[in-house]
Amino acid sequence: MTAAAGRTGKATASRAGRTARSGTATDRLQRLLALVPYVVSRDVVGLADTAATFGVTESELVDDLNLLWCVELRSPDPYCPIDLSYEGGEIMVSQAESMDRPLRLGTDEASALLIGLRMLAELPGPQDRSALRRTIAKLEAAAGEAAAASAQVAVHMDGRAPADLQAQVAEALRQRRRLHMSYYVPGRDEATERDVDPMRLLLLEGRTYLEAWCRSAEAVRLFRLDRVLGLTVLGVAAEVPGDAEHVDVDSGLFRPSATDVRVELELGQAGRWVAEYYPCEQVTELGDGRLKVVLRTPDTRWVRRLALRLGEDGRVTGPADLVREIESEATAALAQYA
Amino acid sequence: MSRQKTERLLSLVVCLLSARRYLTAGQIRDAVPGYPAAFDAFKRMFERDKDELRELGIPLETGTNPGTDDEVGYRISRQAYELPEIRLEPDEAAVLGLAARVWRQAELAGAAAGGLLKLQAAGIDAEETTQPGIEPRLRTGGPAFGPLWQAVRDRRPVTFAYQTPGRATPQCRNLEPWGVVNRHGRWYVAGFDRDRGSERVFRLSRIDGPVSFTGPPGSVTVPPGTDARNLVQATDGAPPQVRTAVLRIRRGSGYGLRRKASSDQPGHDGWDLVEAPFSDVGWYADYIASFGADVVVLEPVDLREAVIGRLKGALT
Repeated sequence: MTAAAGRTGKATASRAGRTARSGTATDRLQRLLALVPYVVSRDVVGLADTAATFGVTESELVDDLNLLWCVELRSPDPYCPIDLSYEGGEIMVSQAESMDRPLRLGTDEASALLIGLRMLAELPGPQDRSALRRTIAKLEAAAGEAAAASAQVAVHMDGRAPADLQAQVAEALRQRRRLHMSYYVPGRDEATERDVDPMRLLLLEGRTYLEAWCRSAEAVRLFRLDRVLGLTVLGVAAEVPGDAEHVDVDSGLFRPSATDVRVELELGQAGRWVAEYYPCEQVTELGDGRLKVVLRTPDTRWVRRLALRLGEDGRVTGPADLVREIESEATAALAQYA
Repeated sequence: MSRQKTERLLSLVVCLLSARRYLTAGQIRDAVPGYPAAFDAFKRMFERDKDELRELGIPLETGTNPGTDDEVGYRISRQAYELPEIRLEPDEAAVLGLAARVWRQAELAGAAAGGLLKLQAAGIDAEETTQPGIEPRLRTGGPAFGPLWQAVRDRRPVTFAYQTPGRATPQCRNLEPWGVVNRHGRWYVAGFDRDRGSERVFRLSRIDGPVSFTGPPGSVTVPPGTDARNLVQATDGAPPQVRTAVLRIRRGSGYGLRRKASSDQPGHDGWDLVEAPFSDVGWYADYIASFGADVVVLEPVDLREAVIGRLKGALT
């Protein structure tokens, strides 16, 4: 195949194979500018792996490669600065001109990575501190000026879980062992006993959680480590079912379901924090700083406790049986002070 | 349309990266396919393209070639463009991958992914590891984080409406932001409050509505030695005085209170006598009231009265 015929052939293929693609022209430009050095630095790479790394389909990647290959400058003499092939599922770049290195890190990019690394370096427990220190130093050096702004953001990590407990859980995870746990459920004011098969440790919004397969509930659950009353690593291997799915923590921990009870609360000035603290379905200003909120929950016991602690700063207005429960509980409690 | 634009921008970048001298607008039009022939139309499109490349962080330089005419030309210096050499050991690449995942769905997730991709393009293999460790996640939640991050990054003053607890309506604040801090999972911004003439800390979740810039980049000076973390930490106040509460707790309940107890003595009547330390009467009374009829305060008197007040309040 002559070079000229090859070019025409590929260009045609790319027009035919054009696919609908999300993102703007500049998003795609960024990807193309990273794609060339990605291949160059590895000599040869697989189409499928590369597509996965860049978050595109294989046909989108082929379209990208064709676009790169078609780049032509016309003056002073016409020439094609990039030459590449993707035969047999493998990509090779034989000529990349001046595009063989990635663009420098931008301020946001360097900051996002450095803030993340510094946050990891602050965690208690068996993190690889030496690797973190070395990576931070190398990244700061490579980012240059772009690294400076990251100092303006700090994440204070003190995931208020006892360090020894966390170390115990991490060890159980490493050895894939079952745990016996005594766990406090504040909504019901109960200490519960259960065996769990640990899956991972998570740090979310300043708190440390164990994600585990709970053998009593036969489901994946998140447990706050600061509510673990006692823990024993059992001499039994953990058995997490193959179809157990990670909790989708990125879309929020509390996901109300349609079968939940719809609770209505009216909050005074000093009770407004409730709307901030709990995920509410609806928040309405009532004037004078008062709020009406609607939330959904599968278990109203914690709402009863919330209403008691709010006192005159908040009042449950529905459902009616919950209102009656709260009244009778408050009456019984007051009777003990008579 | 979008494909043509990508092709044009890519050709422009390659053209300017390969150039050893500054190229004039005319030379660029001749070399890069996709520009209109009419000079005015070309000029407008070229101006937009330059802006877009600069927004991506591509260092487009302007200048004139020594010993030639005065016409301004353009080029991209490879040294300014290229990510410097960086090599990571496998354990370093693993923590980098973990750090990039910290943001996930949060504000800087795209930036973290873009930065990681550039490092991968430099030859680093940052595979997801299955190492058992702790996976942290940052959430930026509300809409205030984005503009405040831009403001501290670019040193610009901002204005926003702020809901102070205990006030009926949000109040307008003018702030020279110094830093954004996450503490106990909550986001704060610390800076100089122009209206109050002093340092202040604001919680992002209490910002009501949009955050707007009120000055150009570089117009905020952060005093040397400022540590936003310390400012946020200082809002916690001095550690309060600790007192002891004496409580009667129904057997089999009140675990939350018992966990912090200094002593827990079983009684004969199905109730236990528990002593526990506390500092803030208001907060502790709220907490005790939440246990309803399972807990009775014996001492001190002010705590007892506060709990009774809470319970009466729940009845009105």
